[in-house]
Amino acid sequence: MAADHPLVRLETLALIGIGGFAGSNLRFFALGLISEIQAVLLVNILGSFALGFLVYEAQYSGLVGSKSRTVFTTGFLSSLTTYSTFAIQSALAADPLLLVAVVAGNYGLGFTAVLASRALARRLRDGSSPATGGETA
Amino acid sequence: MTSALALAVPGAVTFDPEPAHIVGTGGAIGAVVRHWVYLQFSSERFPWPTLAVNVLGSFLFGVAVFAGASESTLQLVGIGICGAFTTFSSFSVETVQLYERGDRLIAAANAVGNLALSLAAIGVAWGIVSMGPL
Repeated sequence: MAADHPLVRLETLALIGIGGFAGSNLRFFALGLISEIQAVLLVNILGSFALGFLVYEAQYSGLVGSKSRTVFTTGFLSSLTTYSTFAIQSALAADPLLLVAVVAGNYGLGFTAVLASRALARRLRDGSSPATGGETA
Repeated sequence: MTSALALAVPGAVTFDPEPAHIVGTGGAIGAVVRHWVYLQFSSERFPWPTLAVNVLGSFLFGVAVFAGASESTLQLVGIGICGAFTTFSSFSVETVQLYERGDRLIAAANAVGNLALSLAAIGVAWGIVSMGPL
């Protein structure tokens, strides 16, 4: 397998870099649209859902190729989501209530998003059920 | 420290990039370096790479914030490099996976450890910046 050919590795790095550019840009765009705490919460929930779906989909069905998945998740999704801004927001939270809200929001909704994406991946594996279509684009 | 990003000095150069390009460039750097960390330190038992990038990135972001970095430096280093270097999606998926494979204590330790160590790193960043003239 020529997966470790220097040119292949270079291509992977370039794609990850492009994904990082796009992901951080989208996060920056969200920071400009809504309040910073809401923006970080939003990208972390969406990114956790998308990554969870791709990981569990790969485990259950494997329709998305492994290399394209790696590039998309490592480059784009992991750059879209962020831990450092969340940690800074927690550290600089003006009052304890805000700290609790920021941590509970990101952790609680982030984990929930992963569980929801797992449920969706399982439904896809078990065949397209006739009821309630629409969410599987 | 490197307070002077040459492009951030007004009048020094005519090159005046869009904030989105600054953030994106930092994001590309952060993502590639994070990829390198994952290649070096991946482990089946515990998601060390995610913990490492989150704590390191939070520290660096803290240094930039407490050192009073300019807006464009914060965009490059904070939102771009540190924002992309650290990750929440891998963290949340890995924590759920640890939990569902039966390592509930390790999952909890991972969730608490990321936050506690990142906050501690930000505290250390504050200490370093406020003690020494940078």
